[in-house]
Amino acid sequence: MLKLQNVSMTFNEATPDEKKALRDVNLELNQGDFVTVIGSNGAGKSTMMNVISGALFPDVGDVIVDGKQVVHLPEYKRSRLIGRVFQDPMAGTSPSMTIEENLAMAYARNKKRQFKLGVTKKRRDMFREYLESIHLGLETRLNAKVGLLSGGERQALSLLMVTFTEPNILLLDEHTAALDPSRAELITNLTEEVVGKFGLTTLMVTHNMQQALDLGNRLIMMDNGQIIFEVAGAEKQALTIEDLLHKFKEKQGTHFGNDRAVLG
Amino acid sequence: MLLSLFNAVELGIIYAIMALGVYLSFRVLDFPDLTVDGSFVTGAGVAAISIMAGVPPVLASLFAAAAGFIAGCLTGILHTKGKINALLSGILMMIALYSINLRIMGKPTLSLLNESTIFKQLREVWDKTGIDTFFNGILANLGADRMPSTWSIIFIMLIVTLVIKLLTDYYLKTEVGLALRATGDNQKMIRSLSANTDTLIIAGIGVSNALVAFSGGLIAQHGDFADVNMGIGMIIIGLASVIIGEALFGKKTIARATLAVVGGAIVYRIVVTLALRVDFLDTGDMKLITAILVITALVTPKMMQARREKKRRLEKRAALEAVKTEGA
Repeated sequence: MLKLQNVSMTFNEATPDEKKALRDVNLELNQGDFVTVIGSNGAGKSTMMNVISGALFPDVGDVIVDGKQVVHLPEYKRSRLIGRVFQDPMAGTSPSMTIEENLAMAYARNKKRQFKLGVTKKRRDMFREYLESIHLGLETRLNAKVGLLSGGERQALSLLMVTFTEPNILLLDEHTAALDPSRAELITNLTEEVVGKFGLTTLMVTHNMQQALDLGNRLIMMDNGQIIFEVAGAEKQALTIEDLLHKFKEKQGTHFGNDRAVLG
Repeated sequence: MLLSLFNAVELGIIYAIMALGVYLSFRVLDFPDLTVDGSFVTGAGVAAISIMAGVPPVLASLFAAAAGFIAGCLTGILHTKGKINALLSGILMMIALYSINLRIMGKPTLSLLNESTIFKQLREVWDKTGIDTFFNGILANLGADRMPSTWSIIFIMLIVTLVIKLLTDYYLKTEVGLALRATGDNQKMIRSLSANTDTLIIAGIGVSNALVAFSGGLIAQHGDFADVNMGIGMIIIGLASVIIGEALFGKKTIARATLAVVGGAIVYRIVVTLALRVDFLDTGDMKLITAILVITALVTPKMMQARREKKRRLEKRAALEAVKTEGA
């Protein structure tokens, strides 16, 4: 469904600020895979997300979605295939427009936008139904400006907007990180629900290890622009936070060891 | 007095089309587009020179709109493809248009006095209907002594402007229109929802300037001349209309906001007309009056809201105090 092949990306090449954000990353997601991504700051998680979404173009390597090479497509074209929820709850919705208008824009994501009304009676009923499924009472506020909603409500709406058109790939970029614990839990549960309901192929970056363990069928750990650890299925289910921390130290240790070996 | 007010409303309705254009760029796209100062004259110049070349006035007015559309698209291209700051791309286009307008017109001022214009043609048909006699009769009964020479412009332009307003309302509610509004509101989001923001900005600024130039073409036909300097300060007049309109009539929905813009354009003309009747002010002071108007329209609503808030707080405190003293 999604394939990254030998993807590398370097920022500020040949300057003192040179940063190798991705080093020869290979990753393959099968239809229906839900992969959680963890790693420290600067590990390359966000760069990887941006390379997949098309916000950044990699120096080398391929991005293949559904058998299609998309690495040269700009973000707006790729987003017909890829849905994305951002970390900032304000980023995924348009504040000066109403809830139903926001949903109408999301509804047009995988279609050609035309000169016909975005919100029709039929669509409004459909939107109302979808809004009911997230249990926030937003279905009664279709004409409220989104700017009036709380951060949690806006993030839930963003998640709904991106998922109800069933994208081929769903990217979640620390989408619960900016919310308080109870709201974060709500969004986490909602994520599990919608991903399950639509059977979406999902890649989720998170700093919350528990969340990374609870959600999804696969987990990858990134460090220094590389995927350093991968686990799936029953093995992932058995994993604990301690195991993860241990793995991380172990892997990072060998990595430093390698560097020393090279320098020595 | 009555006549000059009548004239002000007439002009206001024509300028309202320009204000709707400014609303599209300034409010909907959040793009402070200074192309307006140039594209207004482009519209006037293209309409005038076409009419002088024998083009039917209606067609000439549409040519004006088309020329404005091209100018606006160029500004949009400078900004999106050339990555030039929005304000600067508008200014660059405005300056470039000054020379282009001179080229189009051939000389700084064109007179349409001896040419057929859209309004002269309209009047020929209108005068046969006898509607003027009817309305002037009403005015005479109200005690007016000098009558407007024709009601045709005010009626037809009101219809044209309202049709443009309704089309704008509809357009902003279509799928494309929603994406256009989101482009002015949250570009990152609408790009992640597969909208090409560059194209939307280019076309949006294009349509905005098409309206501006169309209005310019009509103003030239209304005043029977086109002048290369007639666009100076046009952006501020447009902004004044948008801001005064929003302050007076609200902006809760799109339909309300565009109606407010039309109303704002008319109110602006009336205020300027009234101001110019003050003894020590003359036509040269018009730009200053405009600036002060815009500042007032921007500052007063905020001050009024702050005062209301303060009053509300004071009332709440007073109520609390009253409860306390009652308890004691």
